[in-house]
Amino acid sequence: MSLKKFVLGAVGAAVLAAPLAAPAPALAEDTLYLPKLVYRTGPFAPGGIPTANGASDYWAMINERDGGVNGARVIYEECEFGYNTDRGVECYERTKTNHGGALIYQPYSTGVTYALTDRTRTDKIPLLTMGYGRSDAGVGTAFPWVFPLMTNYWGQATGIFKYISEQEGGIDAMKDKTIALVYLDIAYGKESIPIFRTMSEKFGFTLKEYPVTFPGLEQKATWLQVRRARPDYIVMWGWGAMNQTAIKEAAGIRFPAEKFIGNWWAGAEQDTVPAGDAAIGYKSATFNVAGKEFPVIQEIVKHVYGKGNGAGEENVGQVLYNRSVVTQTFIHAGILAAQEKFGVKAITSEQLRWGMENIKIDDATAAKMGITGMVPNIAPTCEDHIGGGSFFIQQWDGKKWNLVSEPIEPMNDLVVPAMQETADKYLKEKGLEPATCG
Amino acid sequence: MFYREAGQFKSSYKEDQAVFPILQDRIGIAILLLVAFIGIPLFAGDYFVGAIMTPFLILALAAVGLNILTGYAGQISLGTGAFMAVGAFSAYKLATFSIALGGAEATLPLILTILLAGVVAALVGVMFGIPSLRIKGFYLAVATLAAQFFIEWLLVKVGWFTNYSPSGVITAPPLVVLGYEFHTPAEKYLFTLTFVVVMAMAAKNLVRSHIGRGWMAIRDMDIAAEIIGFRPLQTKLTAFAVSSFFCGVAGALWAFVHLGTVEPEAFGINRSFSILFMVIIGGMGSILGAFIGAAFITLLPIFLNNVPPMIGWNIGVDMVAHLEFMIFGVLIIFFLIVEPHGLARLWTIGKEKLRTWPFPY
Repeated sequence: MSLKKFVLGAVGAAVLAAPLAAPAPALAEDTLYLPKLVYRTGPFAPGGIPTANGASDYWAMINERDGGVNGARVIYEECEFGYNTDRGVECYERTKTNHGGALIYQPYSTGVTYALTDRTRTDKIPLLTMGYGRSDAGVGTAFPWVFPLMTNYWGQATGIFKYISEQEGGIDAMKDKTIALVYLDIAYGKESIPIFRTMSEKFGFTLKEYPVTFPGLEQKATWLQVRRARPDYIVMWGWGAMNQTAIKEAAGIRFPAEKFIGNWWAGAEQDTVPAGDAAIGYKSATFNVAGKEFPVIQEIVKHVYGKGNGAGEENVGQVLYNRSVVTQTFIHAGILAAQEKFGVKAITSEQLRWGMENIKIDDATAAKMGITGMVPNIAPTCEDHIGGGSFFIQQWDGKKWNLVSEPIEPMNDLVVPAMQETADKYLKEKGLEPATCG
Repeated sequence: MFYREAGQFKSSYKEDQAVFPILQDRIGIAILLLVAFIGIPLFAGDYFVGAIMTPFLILALAAVGLNILTGYAGQISLGTGAFMAVGAFSAYKLATFSIALGGAEATLPLILTILLAGVVAALVGVMFGIPSLRIKGFYLAVATLAAQFFIEWLLVKVGWFTNYSPSGVITAPPLVVLGYEFHTPAEKYLFTLTFVVVMAMAAKNLVRSHIGRGWMAIRDMDIAAEIIGFRPLQTKLTAFAVSSFFCGVAGALWAFVHLGTVEPEAFGINRSFSILFMVIIGGMGSILGAFIGAAFITLLPIFLNNVPPMIGWNIGVDMVAHLEFMIFGVLIIFFLIVEPHGLARLWTIGKEKLRTWPFPY
């Protein structure tokens, strides 16, 4: 065997064996392991990068400023899945046992959320899907490990309708109005249809549904139909590159932008800036406020970017970045609650579930976390994984997002029974018993 | 030296026609099966078993299915994902039909559910295979592409297929066979492995039989095949049926064993393409090739993604992802240039070389 072959063989063997080698033994100090599934590459990277940067910067700030949560250092680790569900599942399995076990997952992908619903139940790891995922997952007894928090898609749909009816001068004025629902034709986009149909029957407005084929770059045909239907309002359930295209197309058919309302995944700088002037006046829902003036964002700027670290300064203060930061503060609050209850610093994922069920984001906590005015108050329980919650409508003025509404609460009398119904069906099909609370 | 069949005499037709006529091959397969059935579940971690091996096996099964159609019968298909979706959604409908009728829980045995789902997929496959009698090659590929889009659209559009789930997502019932629940990753892996081994053996025997020879005759020259007595209609449609059956079972396993909750997008056009690439890179017309191709397409990217952090090379996750794509692309081109007939062909050449090793003549 020549030397070249031997060297090549040895290097090859080393490379092959490296990933199979045992991971480093657990550290003696108290740590909290927070893996994060991210998509900094692929078609949805424009949404993936700010959500990843927000989480990365927040925990960097906590480690830098406080040395962790109550002295337990946070190990934040990313796993790239490119918005590909198969790879998301692989990432979950790869990271879940590292560093003494993952505490919580936040995939920012509806597909991965579905795929992980079963696995997190088996592994007893909470799945935080703030603002996305299954609408019925707010029923804590059916989905003990899933936390949608704030409001779900159905609540959001009823809230947007409430806002529209306020603009028109009351629910009765909606009788002969037409609302067009433009949605991305995948599971996520379809999620709001049943509740819109229910509302259409109940309140007497005409609902027109316009699916947009994934990934939503070609929408000409859809908007020709919308123009012909002459709706009074357009509501959009979009994500990724679909949003900017739709905003441009709406301007193309001269639809007034202030009557075009996106959901909270269709209302970020990544959607409006590329659309240019077409986006001026465009509205969207949001449950977190954009801007850099909040204490928590200032702390990040000071402790992370001030020291030359940080993942991406251009994202700081954007809608999606702030949303991710707010999500991390809720996890932070959950960890604090669990640490207090169980009297340990390095909590487990099961203890964090208790923590997440018992966070109370009120004015005092919000001030402590530095998120006053950034997000509505919530208080989830074991049965209710949504915890009340409300959201705002924001409007793009060409440079930044401004709030244009008071906090809007969903029509819970419509939403809660619908959630309960599908959650019961889920339990039955799965052959599962509801979890007990108390 | 070791791999030589000298001295192994066949004294009956049965021995002569065995799937693995050489003793060393039989030993090799036995060791492989022992490792797969006992070694991996016992010694490998949950990550390797549940997140790498199980999806690999299921996709390999789908690749075997497509290889029957494309590799053996010469009919190019881009509808693999759709046939998998048919399998997954029929399995779901079959498993929940008693619930939909007001019953308490699934009553149909699980194995039967999965096999019946394969049968439904086979029927759908035959329907979309009918155009293959008139059109060939790329035109047929486009016709099967229609199947891909149509079926995906239908499953999303018609609520009945998902029991009127608001988001078009189906949830699989627990995996219970004769009162035993397959719960841990290792148990699910064994469940999948059993299906894959039995069906791969069936496929291997099928392509060596009268039916398989008919497929190959049609592939090599359909007019000649017709003249020597193979009916194109039956031959092509059986290829579609058998292929779709395999894909349907793979789809049902994907939904029931791997994911548990699945949306139609899991069986989109990308799935069809990736399985076609498995067949092309692994080797057309080779059952082994389907497995090698599936390993190449599913395992290699994960492996590449795991290397930099493991050797302590700390470059952000996005950089790792970009590197993964680059190296993976280069390797695809490299292997296609080195061996256009697929990786299975390299294996065959390797075996030929091994017979004369260490004294080649």
